[in-house]
Amino acid sequence: MALGNIFDIAGTGMNAQSLRLNTTASNLANAQSANASIDQVYRSRQPVFAAIQNQAMRQTLDGNRAANESDASAGVQVLGIVESDTPLERRYEPTHPKADKEGYVYYPNVNVVEEMTNMISASRSFQMNVEVMNSAKQMVQRVLTLGQ
Amino acid sequence: MPISFESALGIHESALRVRGQRASILANNLANIDTPNFKARDLDFKQVLEQQKPTESHYFGTAVTNQRHIEVGDISNGDSELLYRTPQQPSIDGNTVEDQIEHAEYMKNALAFQTSFQFLNSKFQGLKSAIRGD
Repeated sequence: MALGNIFDIAGTGMNAQSLRLNTTASNLANAQSANASIDQVYRSRQPVFAAIQNQAMRQTLDGNRAANESDASAGVQVLGIVESDTPLERRYEPTHPKADKEGYVYYPNVNVVEEMTNMISASRSFQMNVEVMNSAKQMVQRVLTLGQ
Repeated sequence: MPISFESALGIHESALRVRGQRASILANNLANIDTPNFKARDLDFKQVLEQQKPTESHYFGTAVTNQRHIEVGDISNGDSELLYRTPQQPSIDGNTVEDQIEHAEYMKNALAFQTSFQFLNSKFQGLKSAIRGD
């Protein structure tokens, strides 16, 4: 049923956007977590989105193709979370408790401006998926009153 | 003369179904608004509805005599009607979903769905009052 499908699709969208919001929150919270060792410093994390493809080919080969199977993809998925490899910031702070022998600490490569725009974009997209789900709900509720 | 549901309900039943199908395609576009290289898709409503009309060629299929044969089925399979949208302002990550256009189309589609539903519902009410006869 196509209408029931919408709930799944909007659900995957909301899931992906909330995960993106989650990484943004994590990045912003750790924006000032300095460390002396270059390996232990927090690095900015970004989710990778990809469209979920339906198994259209497999169905064709099985010979039992569904008549209404025209939706080529069904929602969005998060393939994984990657750590950004932009260079870390090295600052001279001899008074910092974690400073190395030469007085330097490394700061995370979190770009606060980028993260703020990410946050706005993620919350807007989330909102949009909620609206899609709401109108799909209205459509289903209306269909349930058929013939009354 | 027997009443056939096919002729009593007319095109509205197919229209309602295609509207539901299109809503899920548009919802998919909106869900993938931040996916790099995703191409927005849509179906040509008029063309699809045209194919829903019962015709002689509807059951034109190939014979399958061996289990390794691939069934071709109807000439119109689902995927061929799914078209790609041409973006007005292409974005740098290869994504062609445009928020405002998809949103407008989704809302228009939801309203058209309600309209089709209203037509279908009044057909049913007409049948009901014909059966009751009062």
